[in-house]
Amino acid sequence: MKYQSQKIAYWYFAAAMGLFAIQVLVGAIMGYVYVAPNFLSEILPFNILRMVHTNALIVWLLLGFFGASYYLVPEESERDIESPALAYGQLILLVVGTLGAVITYVFNLGEGNVLFGQQGREFLEQPLWVKLGIAVAALVFLYNISMTVLKGRKTAVSNVLLIGMWGITVFFLFSFYNPGNLSLDKMYWWYVVHIWVEGVWELVMAAILAFLLLKLTGIDREVIEKWVYTIVALALFTGLLGTGHHYYWIGTPGYWQWIGSVFSALEIVPFLAMVVFAFMMVWKGGRDHPNKAAILWALGSTVLAFFGAGVWGFMHTLAPVNFYSHGTQITAAHAHLAFFGAYVSMNLAIITYAMPYLRKSEPYNQILNMISFWLMAGGMTFMTITLTFAGIIQTHLQRVNGEYYMSVQDQLGIFYWMRLGAGIIFVIGALMFIYAIFGPKKVRT
Amino acid sequence: MQTKSAARNIFYGGSLFFLVIFIGLTVNSHMYIKNTSTNAATLSESVVRGKRIWERKACINCHTILGEGAYFAPELGNVFVRYGGKDDPEGAKEAIKAWMQSQPSGIEGRRQMPDFKLTDPELDDLANFLEWVSTIDTQGWPPTDAG
Repeated sequence: MKYQSQKIAYWYFAAAMGLFAIQVLVGAIMGYVYVAPNFLSEILPFNILRMVHTNALIVWLLLGFFGASYYLVPEESERDIESPALAYGQLILLVVGTLGAVITYVFNLGEGNVLFGQQGREFLEQPLWVKLGIAVAALVFLYNISMTVLKGRKTAVSNVLLIGMWGITVFFLFSFYNPGNLSLDKMYWWYVVHIWVEGVWELVMAAILAFLLLKLTGIDREVIEKWVYTIVALALFTGLLGTGHHYYWIGTPGYWQWIGSVFSALEIVPFLAMVVFAFMMVWKGGRDHPNKAAILWALGSTVLAFFGAGVWGFMHTLAPVNFYSHGTQITAAHAHLAFFGAYVSMNLAIITYAMPYLRKSEPYNQILNMISFWLMAGGMTFMTITLTFAGIIQTHLQRVNGEYYMSVQDQLGIFYWMRLGAGIIFVIGALMFIYAIFGPKKVRT
Repeated sequence: MQTKSAARNIFYGGSLFFLVIFIGLTVNSHMYIKNTSTNAATLSESVVRGKRIWERKACINCHTILGEGAYFAPELGNVFVRYGGKDDPEGAKEAIKAWMQSQPSGIEGRRQMPDFKLTDPELDDLANFLEWVSTIDTQGWPPTDAG
């Protein structure tokens, strides 16, 4: 840690890991509800659990991005963060908003109230006051980081990171628009949801990956930065019009079936480029960096993102396929591996890299961390495969044969049991990771 | 080999190019939704009230609607059709309301839908919303009435 203000990242990462724990524990409970549906059904119905599961994920990934920015921007800009006080204020705002949202969901507070009630659109359920808080927090962040970058050394890494974070904020504004026409609602809803995860988040991911490879491999900055611009160009060239793969069946024009199919099929290319980039840099790099766990997470993230977002995304993205698979367990399989591979793993990579410096705890407690990687990666891969099988059967029985939804679900029990097992392995891995990061420091022997 | 600044300029120029196309197509789609694929005349205040009930009860975190949502409960974009609403709209609405009022079933081993304690006018609004959604031109989706 070269700059004092990098310490801000520690608290962002701590808050992120707290929410990560909540997210995966609630996920395991939901996995259990799938096989024992009466469990909690009167106290905490499935829809409430799912809001907590998805919202905790989104917020902790964002906290991770903010934390990563506060860690890497000082090193890139070669100066301290413009205002640490604002950065801590932003964190408090986000934590209060998050707790407020969770309490609103669990106790169903302010139902129907414009300002305080949950807003009921998938992933954007946060009450209006929380959404406003998120927007303010994002603007505070942008001011703070933009000023730091503008007054310091300008690099491609901080530039791409900033463009990504500006994009996140701008497209989040569409969450405030909710027309009464469901088709219009859906079309702009994807402006937030798709353009975040299949657009501007990829910029943040690529920037964090580039920073890690710079530090871990010792490859020349000029080479790394050329790669970064190429990757993010591929991400937006394919990802923007790739939004069309959500516009097949929601009341939007038929031409999206062509545009969406062609461009979203190409969305795999930037993920493939990230795999090639990461492995080439590590292979060619001369540096024997002691943080092997961070290298494992960075490489693992690109591979799992390639399969989860790239391959599993492509599997059901072409309109003639999606006509049958849309909104089945296939989607759930893809979503789990894509989020874990791309955004969870890249966050855990930067946390694994930064935490020893933030805690001054070298040498690293690496064995536990690396075991946690294999538990999480293995658990999530197995979960994805079980859900894929469930989805294929569901697609055939329900979408081809026309059997009713619940009678199809009743035939998928075995897959949901296996998914629960995979989920429990994942939870063990996640808790192990958190322990490896925050637990007792290892003493050099 | 291209230089870093060339890569950067391609990123800026290309992204702007695709963003402009995307926005143009969005405007076109917006008009298409308003004028062609959805029925503005039947988008009544009751339908919009029904949509707000759908939202504040977080229905989408179990069900899908037009294929989007959670995968824990049946698709509802065409539930009105599934209940025979094409031939007997009033009968389908009554059936949807009766279903809502009979929840939770309490059957062991069966997925449970909560009792949302909706009033009769609220149930009417919700049923009207589901009827309106079933009239959206979805390019022929879903493939079967099972949703």
